[in-house]
Amino acid sequence: MNLTLIDWLIMFVYFVFVLGIGFALKRYMKSSTDFFLAGRSLPAWVCGLAFISANLGAQEVIGMAASGAKYGIATSHFYWIGAIPAMVFVGVFMMPFYYGSRARSVPEYLSLRFDEKTRGLNAISFATMTVFSSGISMYAMAKLIQVLHILDKPLAAMGLSQGWTFHISIILSGIIVLIYIFLGGLTSAIYNEVLQFFLIVAGFLPLVMLGLKNVGGWSGLKHDLPSNFTHSWQGMSNAHTNPLGVEWFGLVMGLGFVLSFGYWCTDFLVVQRAMAADSMSSARRTPLIAALPKMVFPLIVILPGMIAIAVPKLVTAANVTGTGTQISTTAPQGKGLIPVKIDPDTGKPMFNTDGKPVLDYDLAIPNMLLHYCPTGLLGLGLTALLASFMSGMAGNVTAFNTVWTYDIYQSYIHKNASDEHYLWMGRMATIFGIILSMGAAYAATRFNNIMDFLQLVFAFVNAPLFATFLLGMFWKRTTGHAAFTGLLSGTAAAALHHGLTLPEGAVAGIKGGWLGLVHVYPSDMAQNFWTAIWAWTTCFVVTILVSMVTKPREEKELVGLVYSLTEKPSEGHLPWYKRPAVLGVFVLGVALLLNIIFW
Amino acid sequence: MGLDIRIPIGLMFSILGMILVLFGAFGNSAIYQRSLGINVNLDWGSVLLVFGALMLAYGIRGGRRAAAAAKEAGAGNQAGKQSRPNGH
Repeated sequence: MNLTLIDWLIMFVYFVFVLGIGFALKRYMKSSTDFFLAGRSLPAWVCGLAFISANLGAQEVIGMAASGAKYGIATSHFYWIGAIPAMVFVGVFMMPFYYGSRARSVPEYLSLRFDEKTRGLNAISFATMTVFSSGISMYAMAKLIQVLHILDKPLAAMGLSQGWTFHISIILSGIIVLIYIFLGGLTSAIYNEVLQFFLIVAGFLPLVMLGLKNVGGWSGLKHDLPSNFTHSWQGMSNAHTNPLGVEWFGLVMGLGFVLSFGYWCTDFLVVQRAMAADSMSSARRTPLIAALPKMVFPLIVILPGMIAIAVPKLVTAANVTGTGTQISTTAPQGKGLIPVKIDPDTGKPMFNTDGKPVLDYDLAIPNMLLHYCPTGLLGLGLTALLASFMSGMAGNVTAFNTVWTYDIYQSYIHKNASDEHYLWMGRMATIFGIILSMGAAYAATRFNNIMDFLQLVFAFVNAPLFATFLLGMFWKRTTGHAAFTGLLSGTAAAALHHGLTLPEGAVAGIKGGWLGLVHVYPSDMAQNFWTAIWAWTTCFVVTILVSMVTKPREEKELVGLVYSLTEKPSEGHLPWYKRPAVLGVFVLGVALLLNIIFW
Repeated sequence: MGLDIRIPIGLMFSILGMILVLFGAFGNSAIYQRSLGINVNLDWGSVLLVFGALMLAYGIRGGRRAAAAAKEAGAGNQAGKQSRPNGH
């Protein structure tokens, strides 16, 4: 790729601001609360944009565009079904307990509500997961920088070979994230997430507008793509008649309920952003404000993928010759701007078992950028992409240093130290968290299967979580022993279900079926959603049963932690547009409307 | 937190917008073949410039208000006359 001085200048300006924010915030980091919770002092809109941005890592940006190219507008289910309802729920119903209990983290809420073992289980699995997620993010970024040959020229100028690209990408991104979190803690991460939010919009919106203009708008897109690509609910009554390969019940229950509520309502990575808010009402509004841009994000992240598939027929000869830097988009078997996947070991195109070429959908966004963006805008788009990788990493690192310091170090290793000591430990945790992430990134290059395996294990651990929180917050009878056994049996149920089923056309192993074969699902997605449904249901039932036979805690200990024993937060003093319930209803209404429009 | 995020956002987008506008206005126009003949650097750069300037204006106004409020709280009636910021 040919980046010019202007592109580098844009990237440079961004990095100056990223680090500048860290340095500017350094003098405000006086206590551990400042460092881990931004002093609980940020306005709702800042927390809201960070809430959405922490989730908008590059895997999300690239992955959603890839899904858009693969499945069409049905990908929007991950937003309108798989995010919005859960975001409204956490804001309106759950935030009063997270924020109101003064817990400093999600695991700490579990220790207040249940007991130490439930907290320990959650804290340790969550901390491990954040390190690996941030490592995978680093790995993906370094790979993309390699594929796009961004660093070739500067490396050549320094007399280094292209083999250095990967190492330099990992080290540079690690150091930058380290500096700004080390200096400014969570505030720094949140401020950078807000900056990144605007940068993503600034970088990708012109791409969508140019692309749409090129294919003749939404109607042109409808004309060029099969009809189930532009109608999100078409064929959802049966798994075999829609591109996702899953039926509506599995979609709504598995994705819309279990997975989505499990992520948005219990994952400390996002909840931490709301805990940084300056008041209870700001904390409750955080996910609701986040839901507003989240609803229209399909426009920015899914549409480019759909355009990438539709583009070629309308491209004129002049356009093709003008794009010498593209990555083999005109390869004969490719589709639109999506090239055939190249096997990294052999350098040859890959084919599936039917002999059809495998498409590299992950290149949808990068190729769209290269196709439409001239120098200048290209720099902006690439900067946006890099920014999203970094903020995905930074989000994990801040969640890690908090859970490590408060829920592992302070709880089990060194109690009753001074606040200064914990602030220092937070900074140290930032350093070794990033070093561990780098280690994970390198592990991913060597043992790809291990990474897949770990992600699978995390999926098993996460799937039942929401059942525990739901019962814990809304049923005062739920006990600590029940929560703990419920979580373990939910995880076991997920593993068992995975071990007994397979998606169509897959072989037993990492895809499932390692215990035997009871059922075959039409797609990976259907299998995932049903694994989650089984895990959740098992956890829910076991938690209730064990609660019935164990001794509940006294009611006075549960004030502020359980719905029926907690005073409802008053909203009377707020203007109507700031009331969480009003905002929640509005958000759900718009989400419904979007579903109807793109029916 | 002492730093208002609107100020760095405003500054950054003003600078990025300015770079794109200048490059769009004075750079080689042959590069716009791939963006369907539209000088996207000039157009989008102006949008970013306006956005950055607005953010900056709101950030500065917010800072003045906070300073005025703090002054008022600290010095009583003394600060009353300055509590309303100029402009905007």
